Amino acid sequence: MSEGHSTYTPKTGIERWFDARLPLPRLVYDSFIAYPVPRNLNYAWTFGGILAIMLASQIITGIVLAMHYAADTTLAFDSVEKIMRDVNSGWLLRYLHATGASFFFMAVYVHIFRGLYYGSYKAPRELLWILGCIIYLLMMATAFMGYVLPWGQMSFWGATVITGFFSAIPLVGEWIQQLLLGGFAVDNPTLNRFFSLHYLLPFMIAGVVILHIWALHVTGQSNPTGIEVKSKTDTVAFTPYATIKDAFGSIVFLFFFAYFVFYIPNFLMAPDNYIVANPLKTPAHIVPEWYFLPFYAILRAITFNIGPINSKLGGVICMFGAIVMLFLVPWLDTSKVRSAVYRPWYKLFFWLFVADAVLLGWLGSQPAEGSYVFMAQMATLFYFAFFLVALPVLGLIETPRRLPNSITEAVLEKNKGGGGHPAGAAASPETKG
Amino acid sequence: MSATDTQDPNRRDFLYVATGMAAVVGAGAFAWPFIDQMRPDASTLALASVEVDVASLTPGMSLIVKWRGKPVVVRNRTEQEMKDGEAVKLTDLKDPIARNANLPADAPATDANRTTPGKEAWMVMVQVCTHLGCIPLGQEGDFGGWFCPCHGSQYDTAGRIRKGPAPENMAVPVFKFISDTKILIG
Repeated sequence: MSEGHSTYTPKTGIERWFDARLPLPRLVYDSFIAYPVPRNLNYAWTFGGILAIMLASQIITGIVLAMHYAADTTLAFDSVEKIMRDVNSGWLLRYLHATGASFFFMAVYVHIFRGLYYGSYKAPRELLWILGCIIYLLMMATAFMGYVLPWGQMSFWGATVITGFFSAIPLVGEWIQQLLLGGFAVDNPTLNRFFSLHYLLPFMIAGVVILHIWALHVTGQSNPTGIEVKSKTDTVAFTPYATIKDAFGSIVFLFFFAYFVFYIPNFLMAPDNYIVANPLKTPAHIVPEWYFLPFYAILRAITFNIGPINSKLGGVICMFGAIVMLFLVPWLDTSKVRSAVYRPWYKLFFWLFVADAVLLGWLGSQPAEGSYVFMAQMATLFYFAFFLVALPVLGLIETPRRLPNSITEAVLEKNKGGGGHPAGAAASPETKG
Repeated sequence: MSATDTQDPNRRDFLYVATGMAAVVGAGAFAWPFIDQMRPDASTLALASVEVDVASLTPGMSLIVKWRGKPVVVRNRTEQEMKDGEAVKLTDLKDPIARNANLPADAPATDANRTTPGKEAWMVMVQVCTHLGCIPLGQEGDFGGWFCPCHGSQYDTAGRIRKGPAPENMAVPVFKFISDTKILIG
């Protein structure tokens, strides 16, 4: 699977000329054409390609939007409205960008949950997983700063609340908060630096994506069985098999995306953000974008002091801790079996965790009062218990189902009686050791 | 003699360490301006004080001025509000410290310490919730003071936190009465 098995043979003179000087065609050929992928990848594996498309789409629409946007508190809101009304196709570009952020997160959540379900984070793919977590963190920072740019009420108050997290840090908190804001409150210096960083971070994401793909191509893809590739019959060539599957998955995803862009572009946006920012009036109900809601619910669930830690710092610690959990997953999970397909108890807890994350998201959109607070506290408890109790303990006490000897065997078992497997699948499973 | 046959640590080791240290200090010194430029600039700091005319405020009225980008409320409290504020026992307070920039940092949060001597009816306070920076609504909530709609913090008539996630009383900025009807904030 790893590098160094290049099967590229330059055919034309110009290819040979390039190959001797800068073997870029070879890299492309080995990475995206001849690259062997497990033959049993399902549609959950197409989200990597979908994410690459979304990142490219966000960068392209973002660059052209920046040509019309003015990062100044007196101009920002109006310049966004100008994009919507006056700039040719501006409405389309802005809706693609704003809705695109949501769909980027939708795809990344499917991608993360796929990794959790199939145990894709386990050795030797820990670094691959951690690079993914870093991309996710960068995406959150980028999305947050981008949301501030239209300078609506939610932009302003979202920025106030989120930079307020840093004031919870003992001793240096206020200094750090002023460093981030460039003043005593969210104002013009804040908007300017957020614009600058919002433009920078996507390129940093692209850089980490290259490392992510590099790490992926060293270890090879995991697959629904979680069994490593053992022979050539376990794999198919990236092109055409994975390319076509990725293309089909992307098209279905983009249909869904286009429906939102063209028919309900404001469905995922807060109406309050069409009111220009007012530093003297807080909206009645501050809600972040949907993709932050589970973390927002965790933040608000801590309404009590924990020993010397006050409720505010406690909430911020739990919220960041919820993300830190993801980084630790490769070492929290003690099971030797990767895929939830062969882990009945883990499968149950995985789906409970998915339900818990959705519940937290819903609670994050509700006002923090009455029974919602208690429900959020229970859901937060389960969130952390999944990582800190279920993952380590299940691996020790669970009896996994019998694993097939190889990917080929698993595929042939599944396809018994109904052909339809790619060429090269004829090898008998008994030959695997 | 050559550099390879002397005992450890030799002159060359010293030079390596000294060069390395100089590089680290130099890199740090060079990085500082890039961090320093993020801090509030001179024009932001220059907006440090505002003067407010409060002649028109009869008891029960408030006005809000913007100071350092944040709203500061000036409230002429009613008799009842002052009585409510004075009746609160210090032991009932979530934050027993006055948070009054005009007083020592450890002054207790009595009603008098939240105001200024001789002008106890007047609350001058940064009307920003100490939780995550929302603007609380005045004269609402269970304690007749301020209520933050974001995460449900409730403050009493002296702006002290009584209930909810906020950790501290709302801040009293540096201010003084420069005449009977004029306040200088900052």
